[in-house]
Amino acid sequence: MENDILQHHLLLNRRTFLAKTAIGIGSLAMGSLLQACQRNDSEAVASLLPHFAPKAKRVIYLFQSGAPSQLELFDWKPKLREMHGQELPASIRLGQRLTGMTANQKSFPLIGTKIDFRQYGEQGTWISDLLPHTAKIVDELCIIKSMHTEAINHDPAVTFFQTGHQQPGRPAIGSWMSYGLGSENANLPAFVVLLSRGKGNIQPLASRVWGSAFLPSIHQGVQFRNGKDPVLYLKDASGIDSMTRRTMLDKIRNLNQMHQDAFADPETNTRIGQYEMAYRMQTSVPELMDVSKEPDSTFRLYGADAMVPGTYAANCLLARRLSERGVRFVQLYHMGWDAHSDVTGMTSRLAKDVDQASAALVLDLKQRGLLEDTLVIWGGEFGRTNYGQGALTDNYGRDHHPRCFTIWMAGGGVKAGMVYGETDEFGYNIKEKPVHVHDFQATLMHLMGIDHERFTYQYQGRRFRLTDVSGNVVHDILA
Amino acid sequence: MKRWSSIPPAGWAGILALGVILLSGYLGRDKANKKDVLPAQVDYNFDVRPILSDRCYACHGPDEKKREAGLRLDTPEGAFAALGENKDHFAIVPGHPEKSALLDRINQTDPEELMPPPSTHLSLSDYEKALLRRWIEQGATYAPHWAFVVPVKSPLPKVNNPAWCNNEIDYFTLDKMTAMGLQPAKPADKARLLRRVCFDITGLPPSDAQRAQFLNDPAPDAYERLVDTLLQSVAFGERMAMNWLDLARYSDTHGYQDDLPRIMWPWRDWVVKAFNENIPYNQFVSWQLAGDLLPNATKEQILATGFNRNHKITQEGGVIDEEYRTEYVADRTNTFGKAFMGLTMECARCHDHKFDPITTKEYYSLFAFFNNVPESGFVPNLQTPKPWMALTKSDLEGKLHFLQADSLLKTDKDTLQLMVMQQNPPDKQRVTRLLSRGQYDQPTDTLQPITPSHVLSWQEGSPANRLGLSQWLFDAKNPLTARVTVNRIWQEIFGRGIVSTPENFGMQGALPTHPALLDWLAVDFQEHGWDLKRLIRQMVFSATYQQSAEDSRASREADPENIWLSRGPHYRMPYEFIRDMVLSTSGLLNPAMGGPSVKPYQPPGIWEEISTEKTANAFRGEFTYVEDTLPERMYRRSLYTYNKRTIPPPTHLSFDAPMRDLCEVRRSATSTPLQALVMLNDQQVLEAARVLAFRLLQRQDLQKPEKQIEAAFLGIAGRTARKEELRQLLDFYKAEAQRFQDNPASALDLLRASGPFPQSDYSHPAQQAALMLTVQIMYNLDEVISKT
Repeated sequence: MENDILQHHLLLNRRTFLAKTAIGIGSLAMGSLLQACQRNDSEAVASLLPHFAPKAKRVIYLFQSGAPSQLELFDWKPKLREMHGQELPASIRLGQRLTGMTANQKSFPLIGTKIDFRQYGEQGTWISDLLPHTAKIVDELCIIKSMHTEAINHDPAVTFFQTGHQQPGRPAIGSWMSYGLGSENANLPAFVVLLSRGKGNIQPLASRVWGSAFLPSIHQGVQFRNGKDPVLYLKDASGIDSMTRRTMLDKIRNLNQMHQDAFADPETNTRIGQYEMAYRMQTSVPELMDVSKEPDSTFRLYGADAMVPGTYAANCLLARRLSERGVRFVQLYHMGWDAHSDVTGMTSRLAKDVDQASAALVLDLKQRGLLEDTLVIWGGEFGRTNYGQGALTDNYGRDHHPRCFTIWMAGGGVKAGMVYGETDEFGYNIKEKPVHVHDFQATLMHLMGIDHERFTYQYQGRRFRLTDVSGNVVHDILA
Repeated sequence: MKRWSSIPPAGWAGILALGVILLSGYLGRDKANKKDVLPAQVDYNFDVRPILSDRCYACHGPDEKKREAGLRLDTPEGAFAALGENKDHFAIVPGHPEKSALLDRINQTDPEELMPPPSTHLSLSDYEKALLRRWIEQGATYAPHWAFVVPVKSPLPKVNNPAWCNNEIDYFTLDKMTAMGLQPAKPADKARLLRRVCFDITGLPPSDAQRAQFLNDPAPDAYERLVDTLLQSVAFGERMAMNWLDLARYSDTHGYQDDLPRIMWPWRDWVVKAFNENIPYNQFVSWQLAGDLLPNATKEQILATGFNRNHKITQEGGVIDEEYRTEYVADRTNTFGKAFMGLTMECARCHDHKFDPITTKEYYSLFAFFNNVPESGFVPNLQTPKPWMALTKSDLEGKLHFLQADSLLKTDKDTLQLMVMQQNPPDKQRVTRLLSRGQYDQPTDTLQPITPSHVLSWQEGSPANRLGLSQWLFDAKNPLTARVTVNRIWQEIFGRGIVSTPENFGMQGALPTHPALLDWLAVDFQEHGWDLKRLIRQMVFSATYQQSAEDSRASREADPENIWLSRGPHYRMPYEFIRDMVLSTSGLLNPAMGGPSVKPYQPPGIWEEISTEKTANAFRGEFTYVEDTLPERMYRRSLYTYNKRTIPPPTHLSFDAPMRDLCEVRRSATSTPLQALVMLNDQQVLEAARVLAFRLLQRQDLQKPEKQIEAAFLGIAGRTARKEELRQLLDFYKAEAQRFQDNPASALDLLRASGPFPQSDYSHPAQQAALMLTVQIMYNLDEVISKT
């Protein structure tokens, strides 16, 4: 580990050397980067990243938007079946705040899940029948049952998870990573976003949750979309063939170079470089999106859906291809988990969307030797209540529940085959080892070699950080 | 590891532009030039406070609750007080570095003793330590924070070259240049100056007619007359509104969850009108803050208060009403602080400000001004959030006829509901309480509306409402308002504020590079009735403004960021300018003003991807972005482009436009590959290139390709192409014309795929396609999308 840090600093020195010799465009920009470090002298050293040797070099975050029910998937509570239909005891509810959707309910009937759970893996971990593929890889997973958050509604809760703050205005985790660690691939963005939709109750997202806020806009998440134009404006107009495009770019470069000669602004050189980068993306992105050369075994692993662009399974496969190519942060969103009614049916459908492909992704990364330094995260913005929303019909749903829910992580320096934290027998409060959203974020950064308290960006006179003013690394789950 | 090392850790492009963002790190008076040389006389405001504030105040500053060891360093009383149980040692003993414990602690090697403690991850450089020592040697003189001292006009500096100076501004800038060993650049040539000033005042490039007139006008006052014409054009108001909408966080949707549409464009159109009428800035802002409270308030004055309703409003089922209502009041408070006072008030929402003398109590006392509005936190779908004013047909035909409400007048709907401010009646006054740790559900002490005392004490007898607040803001003794305003305008014209952090004039903000100039302008602005057009005229008349940026190697080397203004500007323009330039130079621009926002081209599917599902029984927002198809709506200025907050136009985002979630007073100007892709492949640019190519081919006076290319270049770059440039473009044109000749189908493909704007014939597809792509090259040039 010491050696890794030493290596890192040696490479930095090499970079400094290259910058000073000022050969070509790239080194010019590096020059300005290093100038920046020198200007703010006292902090230059502290801000060098990584702070310590990283366990994970990249992240794939499988965000389950709408909040999956932990009680139908991971958190087995036989007590709820026993007490099905009975009132949630006040001693458990403790008068804690509820959403406006159920706060005025006269009764809070407990509901036991209709889904059966079984034990899997070396630890005998309980997993519901809705997740047969996940169950098979349970020994690869670190399941955290004691997540909790502060927000009780979707918009603020997703924003909180992704930016560390409930109100808009802070950069997304991926933007922080892009800013801090850059990319391993000069032809692809460091932060890529993939969206898919399930047949459930879809809550909207906002592009601000992959926005860079006060960080430079180059650190915005770049959405890769299914269809002809996977990145906006990537495709050349019909009638412009690749020869013509290349010639146009050459002319733009020549004329920009003349302008640079006249004005001597290094920004012009930067622009010349960005046009070359855009050109390279026009090749690298379609190549990345084209899964036709993947062997049949890939589609057997991820499921047939992986052949259908825009599905969660197809996005998981793309996530692997992006990680393979060194993309720092791949952010998936699968939308539709918001089961205010029919939690059984809806959760079943959504689980079917994601179960096989999520497990496949972990297995695929493992067989390629990538899992050890790729962190995979699966989870939503909060959990769901142990009581039913509305009158207790057969079609019951569950309201938002911020006090406990389950996520899992795999690879990238977390313990495999671990269940962390526990909720009470009602699945309402955390019994032990609570993990706050800021703790989760601090841990994620730690795995990437970053001390979340030292990685800051000064804006409006204040040093902002992803974890705002709190957050502790959960050392117990580190491998 | 190898791959990893090849990319600098600040961006995936590896070669991105950092210059702009790095400016914010600049603090020192003359660090850029004379680094590591201690000033002979240490200045508290410029040399010492930035260090103390940044490294010490968090634990030894204004926040009483976090103060360690009872030591505060932001006041001399605190810093010179006896410390410890025995009261036998002192952090600072003026004139006695050897007795000053502060110096001992910052030079400690024992991590237990060292200040700042290693756990804060803060440290001091040797230079900074030496500065603090010299300051103490010289008597540790404190001075009030410069921004809290009322500005005065100082006499113009004596300069070595008064002949260079056009007006007062130049005396101040030349004085600094000389001190830095710099010389002013030569004046920009007329064509470049014309393009620069047209963008700065109108946001549009010069027309052919404007260019011909100005370039052929040898009169000494040609430039003055040009500037006056530009200031009188209605495009001025639109250009000024662009930045004001960022500041006012204006948008066409509510901003949370389903992000439903709202109607605020009448307020936006009022802003344009107000700028064009040049109503005094103090009145302009007072109406927006308190128009409803003015005696016999007119509908126009009430309409102006829409400013304070531009914040986001939630329709998400299940939210707690008071949590969000509190958020709206906080947004107004924070916006007031940032936009008008240049202070980060929001830092004091949860605890006393760590750097500036603003307590939490003062935060909520300011909050109290905005807390008495009859409003709710949660607003059901399809309802205009209360309070709102009704605009009737007769209003729109009468006093408010500047509103382009044709759509309303034509339909049977008889009113528009526009969110505005209103005050709760006397018997329903909401009591404001301090919210512990900023939590809506933890109210403590009751507070009265009052302003931060360190800025300016509250005038007894002023109305304790928003009207009194606006009077306080524009009181001649308020040290901030005029400074903050002239600085923001300076930034809009020169690209960088005299204070490079226009959002923060507090201790952690940048120091003014030209403090005497800032103060001179601030006082002059007040003395002349807060006249914005006059202020801008002063700026663009200065010799400083009119310098060239060409041949600037020496100046660039000495001053990469042009802090000392010894050359003209060179930076990428905001997206609105770029798109409007494309529309204008191709002849597509429709200059119609105002009215509901418009939806120009946007790649399909972007809204649907993040929206909820369409349901039959509930309106949950607009799912699909439906592009406008009427020419009168397609080619409007970008100011009028519809902004959906949760998914703003991707072109705008790529070019650093804010999302309009919060008040913003500064945009960065990055350079990214996504910008290149927009300029290469966006339908809008392609269509403009096609249309311009067609028009050039139609012109009888331009028979030859080189003439057509010359004319296009003149229009787009604003200057005559140099020979070599022309040759490059002509070579390209010829090769492409040949290629298209050989394959006319591909020429037609290209032309027909490039936007729906009609053209009468396609009789010369190869020439047109080749010329179109030649024009497109021009639209992609760094010079063309930059202000130079």
